[in-house]
Amino acid sequence: MAVAWQDELRGIYHIAIKDMRTYYLKPPAISWGMVFPLAWTLAFYLRNPGDFAELVPGLLAMTIVFSTTAAEAVVINFELRLGTLERLLLAPIGITSVLLGKVLGGFLFGLFTTAIVAGASILYLGLHPDILRLALIAVPSLMVFSSMGALFSVAVKEVFEAQTLLNLPRFLMVFLCGVVYPVSALPEGLQLLARLLPLTYTVQGLRISFFEHGDPLLWRDFAALLFFLILFLLPAIRLLHRRFR
Amino acid sequence: MPGGEPAILVDGLVKRYGELLAVDHISFQVNRGEIYGFLGPNGSGKTTTIRMLVGLAQPDEGHARVLGYHLPAGISQAKRYMGVVPDVSNLYDELSALDNLLFMARLYGVPREEQKPRAEQLLRDFGLYERRKDRFSTFSWGMKRALTIACALIHEPSLLFLDEPTTGLDAAAARSLRSLISGLREKGLTIFLTTHYLEEADLLCDRIAILVRGRIVRIDTPAHLKRLVQMESLVEFTFRGDILPLAKELESRLGEAKAALIDPNTIRIYGGDPAEVFDTIFQFSLDNAIGIEAASTIRPSLEDAFLKIAGLSPRVTSAEKSPGKGRR
Repeated sequence: MAVAWQDELRGIYHIAIKDMRTYYLKPPAISWGMVFPLAWTLAFYLRNPGDFAELVPGLLAMTIVFSTTAAEAVVINFELRLGTLERLLLAPIGITSVLLGKVLGGFLFGLFTTAIVAGASILYLGLHPDILRLALIAVPSLMVFSSMGALFSVAVKEVFEAQTLLNLPRFLMVFLCGVVYPVSALPEGLQLLARLLPLTYTVQGLRISFFEHGDPLLWRDFAALLFFLILFLLPAIRLLHRRFR
Repeated sequence: MPGGEPAILVDGLVKRYGELLAVDHISFQVNRGEIYGFLGPNGSGKTTTIRMLVGLAQPDEGHARVLGYHLPAGISQAKRYMGVVPDVSNLYDELSALDNLLFMARLYGVPREEQKPRAEQLLRDFGLYERRKDRFSTFSWGMKRALTIACALIHEPSLLFLDEPTTGLDAAAARSLRSLISGLREKGLTIFLTTHYLEEADLLCDRIAILVRGRIVRIDTPAHLKRLVQMESLVEFTFRGDILPLAKELESRLGEAKAALIDPNTIRIYGGDPAEVFDTIFQFSLDNAIGIEAASTIRPSLEDAFLKIAGLSPRVTSAEKSPGKGRR
């Protein structure tokens, strides 16, 4: 038998791959995770094609949020409802690995959707982002919002409940975190609130990777995202443990 | 895996859900290679016990060892050697039968080169090979149960938990599944089976624990359990009409004997002097102008033993015989 950590890693990988095959084409994942951010992006482009490049970091950030959280609601809540999550928990891997497999599933769905939006924007508009810095922000952001989706999804049972619950932070972040309006243009109180939300750091970091390549603040955004990753992931794991105590 | 120990050793296990005491200080031992039945009415704590033994719930008190591993600390190691068939078939609708098996094989760390041969062999063993590429969602209830059992066997466990394996199956599918379970015993597997079908427990189990309201009230072989009631009188009457509205009146006339309604026209009388019981029933039939179609003394079954041991009113068990849940 393999040592325990190899079992756990194998479990995480196979759960994520199975989720890709099983759930990525489910209507809630497609509508909230792909159609919504793509339609939003298209709407902004049609409204003002000239200034569209400025909006690309914000729209990419929004795509990350919607794609990952929508996927989590599907991969977790379908399984909670059908009892298949219990089947995963019967395997010789820990609850933490089961949840990490689910988070990885959301991450991969988000990566795929975001890559489409990013690739199309970069090629069509001729942008030259610093790819390394882009990855430095996009990868932890995908993990942060996938974990946030997992946290909200584990708290409820049905997909629609999770999607509805997730809309509160999703829309709040879209309007406050610099996706459409710069954070600096918001009233001071809202600026303070924006700094407490993870999407602010994703948008800032992506903007730096697209337009301000040498800005050292990128590391601050990276660190903030790691903090939010822990903030969402640990309670999600604890909540899943409590469900099966 | 630690060898030589019983497959399952449970001592004083307790599980509470708020105020409800679901499992109340149960202790038992399952020997390697036996089929051990956990028998009880709905809500008696059968599934809760399984959930504690497979790591889906934590006991509030007591100790358990499964395949030599202490729970809950050793559950991850124990899981490698145990297969679990829950009371609902919870596989992936979107995946084919073969893909469901392959996914389970990967999750349990079956060596890559063995995954497909094992999966295909199980599909053959369970009569599903022709449907291996079909999605799980297209399967009948019985086929779903069979595939769920196959998935629990893909990593070649030494202990199999079967929670109500034949619930909801038609008679033919249930018979076929029971024959598969018997075949597993011949391969040396230890099987922990919960059921509320008494005939199923009688047919399959080496020993049976009877669970009532969270407590084990008796552990014995099916033969010994039946012997407990063989000296009792058991008479069954079938009437020409519905006697349900007259049940109270009949019960009041029977005195010491107890009546169990088998169906609206049939009643089974437990205990009492058989001659007096016949007289009482004939008088009852005349007074109520309801003819008797058949009358017979019957051989006590495991169900009768269960009713006596569990101290349940026969009427209680009658009431539980809703479609798909009753004795067949």
